[in-house]
Amino acid sequence: MSMPNKADCFSSLPFWQNGPAPGAFYNFPGTAASSSNYNDCGIQRTQTPMVTGSSVIGIQYKDGIIIAADVLASYGSLARFRNCERVMKVNDNIILGAGGDYADYQYLRSLIEQKIIDEKCLDDGFTLKPKSLHCWLTRVMYNKRSNFNPLWNNFIIGGIEDGKPFLGTVDKLGTAFSDPVIATGYGAYLATPILTKAYDANSQMTEEEATNLIYKVMQVLFYRDARSFPKYHLGVISKEKGVEIRGPIEIEHNWEVSTMGRNQLR
Amino acid sequence: MSSIGTGYDLSASQFSPDGRVFQVEYAQKAVENSGTVLGLKGKDCVVFAVEKLVTSKLYEPFSNKRTFNVDQHIGLAVSGLISDARQIVETARLEASNYRGQYGVGIPLKYLNDRLSMFMHAYTLYSAVRPYGCSAILSSYEDNKPEMYMIDPSGVSHGYTGCAIGKAKQAAKTEIEKLKLSTLDHISLVKEAARIIYLVHDELKDKQFELEMSWVGECTQGKHEKVPLNIKTEAENAARQILADDSDSDVDEI
Amino acid sequence: MQFRNQYDSDVTVWSPQGRLHQVEYAMEAVKLGSATVGLKNKTHAVIVALKRATSELSSHQKKIFPIDKHIGIAMSGLTADARMLSRYMRTECLNYKYSHDNTLPVSRLITNLGNKMQTCTQRYDRRPYGVGLLVAGYDDQGPHIYQTCPSANYFDCKAMAIGARSQSARTYLEKHLNEFMSCEVEDLIKHGLRSLRDTLPNEADLSTKNVSIGVVGKGTDFKILDEAETQRYLSEIEGDDKRTRPSDGDAPSDDRPPQDPPADPLAQDPQVAVATEERSAAMDTE
Repeated sequence: MSMPNKADCFSSLPFWQNGPAPGAFYNFPGTAASSSNYNDCGIQRTQTPMVTGSSVIGIQYKDGIIIAADVLASYGSLARFRNCERVMKVNDNIILGAGGDYADYQYLRSLIEQKIIDEKCLDDGFTLKPKSLHCWLTRVMYNKRSNFNPLWNNFIIGGIEDGKPFLGTVDKLGTAFSDPVIATGYGAYLATPILTKAYDANSQMTEEEATNLIYKVMQVLFYRDARSFPKYHLGVISKEKGVEIRGPIEIEHNWEVSTMGRNQLR
Repeated sequence: MSSIGTGYDLSASQFSPDGRVFQVEYAQKAVENSGTVLGLKGKDCVVFAVEKLVTSKLYEPFSNKRTFNVDQHIGLAVSGLISDARQIVETARLEASNYRGQYGVGIPLKYLNDRLSMFMHAYTLYSAVRPYGCSAILSSYEDNKPEMYMIDPSGVSHGYTGCAIGKAKQAAKTEIEKLKLSTLDHISLVKEAARIIYLVHDELKDKQFELEMSWVGECTQGKHEKVPLNIKTEAENAARQILADDSDSDVDEI
Repeated sequence: MQFRNQYDSDVTVWSPQGRLHQVEYAMEAVKLGSATVGLKNKTHAVIVALKRATSELSSHQKKIFPIDKHIGIAMSGLTADARMLSRYMRTECLNYKYSHDNTLPVSRLITNLGNKMQTCTQRYDRRPYGVGLLVAGYDDQGPHIYQTCPSANYFDCKAMAIGARSQSARTYLEKHLNEFMSCEVEDLIKHGLRSLRDTLPNEADLSTKNVSIGVVGKGTDFKILDEAETQRYLSEIEGDDKRTRPSDGDAPSDDRPPQDPPADPLAQDPQVAVATEERSAAMDTE
């Protein structure tokens, strides 16, 4: 992707050192080169997330990829925002799920959306591919963390590349890998074993089998993860049907068992 | 041309004794040497039509486009030096993207026009740079209304309902003035635009050309797009038919 | 010299006819370099170039540069300028590979290159790049041949020839244009060599010393053919009918690659103050 007018070591230097530059007459907010002169040693960057989403899970099925994430954004342990979609369509071959800091996710989402618009404008027949986005996200995340200024997120990227499903993940450290089964956050502990077992038993699941599996896993997560919520979105991508974001899907839950236990103890 | 040889026409930062900046006027000449581009604003759509002159058959057809997308909802058509024009397009895209980054919505055409004309104007102020050798027409469909602006190499811009730049701009303008633009829908706009390009094309001087068309309006849900091939081809056939009929009747009159 | 052209001293000066003489002069630099030809079929793109040696003792100057595994360029004009541009192109490809784990689409590379080259045509403290490139590349949309000019213009071509006496090569290419798409790579290379041979004066001929061939395409990374392979192709076209070549006296006056539509020919421009016979180049061109 071209980064228009961005100065690199091959571009011409600006005109006069201090004098007026042609661009100076249209110096709108945000286009100014640099505004701050903070001394770097006095800066403490934010290294704690504020409003967070919990697990994201993704699995490969016969024709494509499914990614799921619930709609809760917690403020610490408070279930603060209960209608935050965390699965997005990037373009016709990519879906993305995000956990961790919700503001960081929104920031990155706007970057990705602009990237897609830029590409649509070029209208040159090329579209972003899932592996490319996975790589790009990895570079962004790793760069940020190397500057001690990480984006506090876990991302799962799903898509179709050259007719084959792709599922990959990146975290706030820039750790990245791809696998047919991925779960982040608490899901890494709670969901991965269930998903892996199901995938190993049947790697050629139908879409229905996969969505049912995801439902079961999201239910388990809701029962065991205190930062989860009984409502989630599904991102489904397949070669035939393209991208679909479904939801919110409600999870049935029943806590009578806990009161039973308490009665017995009494 | 009284300007030549006076020495007052060598720099964009210099006025002539009668108060003109000749370098800017010369840059406008560069636009007038280029293929004709026209923009028509109808009741629910803006249509661009470009006469793209083909100088060699070794080139791939439909390359080197002269209509661009600046953002999803904004189109830009250019006449003049294409390499200069691409720089304008880059700037326009950057402004559109900055605006979207800050306000979360697409840039209104009025603002983009403002920023872009100021950018082009900045290049008419210094002797260290030259004015851009291209004109640009901007189009969009916002709040259920089509909009169109045209920017000159001087940085001057106006809103238009119909405009033409390039080689045959005079002839094209005369034709545009005959139209009742505000009543035309997108299909008739495409037909009229194609007809005018075919009409003003000078077959003796420039043998081959390709017609390039794009539109933005209700028909495209406010997105700037190429005119679909079947609609364009139909308009081109109609244009050729009208031209053929006209020349027949000319013969009859004689 | 009756008139000195006042309007040709800087790239920042428009002539009264709306032309940029400095840019047009830079276009002339391309014609000082030896010829190079690019062409493609459905799956491959080929560039062939004629190399020159400055003296009996020197080696032949390289004309074809690899950029990435899917792109290579052939140049005509100022070699040093071409090396700057190729360094830029390599960096662009490398950066894209680093950030997107994929090869940079050829059309995007060319767009970026065009924008870089344009800035040099608009400011007082720079001059245009005095080099023309033929870029051969392969990406998801198939093979490409792009031609770039000092004017920062570029063209997506079916086939193209640039450089000294390249009109003869273009004549050949136009004549055989319909055969290229359906022919095999071997034949494509031979077409390239034959058209390049047409640019030679009578006494000269192609040899492994003065020819280089670059190929890229489906399943083939960009490569410059070695001497043995080049020799094989050269021997295969040896028997073919040679076109009657222009006699030595032929001035290369018709030697203009296709350009922007010319300005109104009726408008008389002041004469250009540059010697027209035996112009010695200020810089090395190949």
